[in-house]
Amino acid sequence: MDFLRPRTWAEALDLKAARPEATPIQGGTDVMVEINLDKGRPAALLDLTPIPELREWSREGDVIRLGAGVTYSRLIGELEARLPGLAQASRTVGSPQIRNRGTVAGNLGAASPAGDSHPPLLACDAVVEAESVRGARLIPIGEFYTGVKRNALAPDELIRAVRVPVARGPQYFSKIGTRNAMVIAVCSFSIALHAAERRVGTGVGSAAPTPRRAVAAEEFAAARLDWRGRSPLDPDVAGRFGELVAGAAAPIDDVRGRAAYRTHALAVLARRALGWAWADFRAGTGADSSAGSGGGDDRGSQ
Amino acid sequence: MRVNLTVNGRATAADDVWEGESLLYVLRERLGLPGAKNACEQGECGSCTVYLDGTPVCACLVAAGQAEGREVVTVEGLSRGDAPLPGAGPAHGDVSGEGLHEVQRAFLDAGAVQCGFCTPGLVVQAHALLAEADGVPSDADIREALAGNLCRCTGYEKILDAVRLAATRLGPPP
Repeated sequence: MDFLRPRTWAEALDLKAARPEATPIQGGTDVMVEINLDKGRPAALLDLTPIPELREWSREGDVIRLGAGVTYSRLIGELEARLPGLAQASRTVGSPQIRNRGTVAGNLGAASPAGDSHPPLLACDAVVEAESVRGARLIPIGEFYTGVKRNALAPDELIRAVRVPVARGPQYFSKIGTRNAMVIAVCSFSIALHAAERRVGTGVGSAAPTPRRAVAAEEFAAARLDWRGRSPLDPDVAGRFGELVAGAAAPIDDVRGRAAYRTHALAVLARRALGWAWADFRAGTGADSSAGSGGGDDRGSQ
Repeated sequence: MRVNLTVNGRATAADDVWEGESLLYVLRERLGLPGAKNACEQGECGSCTVYLDGTPVCACLVAAGQAEGREVVTVEGLSRGDAPLPGAGPAHGDVSGEGLHEVQRAFLDAGAVQCGFCTPGLVVQAHALLAEADGVPSDADIREALAGNLCRCTGYEKILDAVRLAATRLGPPP
């Protein structure tokens, strides 16, 4: 095995082009588990932790550009107001020690259907910024997941950043597990109300070969919610929304749960999440308070 | 490969390191620091918790090469007399007479050490919690901070007692 240590992003891209079989490593919370437990032995490790710009995030217009090396801990501490759904999901990742190392980009690279970042990224219309020596390209999140632990990256590409729109309405993430910590999701769900566009975003995790949207549920809710009058949520609408989310899933029986349980639980999670989000919308809370005023930091680095 | 790093304030190097090796293996098997424990090797149990550049992490999930040029503090480094704790957060943890850090002393006094295997990881993680805390943390905050440290003797109540005792003795940060 080789250990490749680029000093700059350009050098990292050169190395990945020359050694496309190299496995990128950032926090190591997936890659090192594979090696430690002898589940796989990469030909080479490409260590991205020395590259300073990967640890930076910045606000570019209405989008947060989250560098591939920004840890969950920093995301929670620095971006909770602007990316509430993703921050909530980040809080449920592993333990403090894991959140101090793990990254959203690492979650994307691993592309496990159970990864906690995926549902909010789907609900928020995130875009993955991939780059190689051939150039950079933007991959809409809905096109990023291609199979179980497979993604749309070419062999010579690395994830440079993830672009996540600043919240313009309430967002929630909800997850089923056996404990309140250190849990790989049995199933998970995220919702984002895009209030200005009267649109609902969803993301379903750990209930299909890839994380996915529940498109029929999104369209149903967008059409049936009383955006103008902000009247209370009709329980029938909430219930139907839950059913449609469950219907979008294609779960399997595995060690963490049965397919039937996952389907049932998703309907409950989705119904509740819509209730929370709608209550916030009616109360006028849950949106990014600094979005219009330009308040809050516009960048962060470590 | 060779890995150069600072451990407990001392610059050191490990030779013949395998490229897929963890920082934990380097600390235990190459540098003779067995404090951090090797158990699950997948970040579940927290028994290998060390500071890496001031942040508590699972040493089993840090590739050895990723520690190149960086600063590591292990549980051994918390009990080094009155030396400052480089990279271990604000050094308001006064060290008691016998060379133990207040967090370590509190674990003994509270009866929070049973088989002892989880203790080093818990001590480092509790140290990190108290370095940030203003006074005695709430039970919810202690449980959240220690959520990634498993004690298979299930001595969690005494461990919570130890953290509260250490927090009381340390007082608020200066």
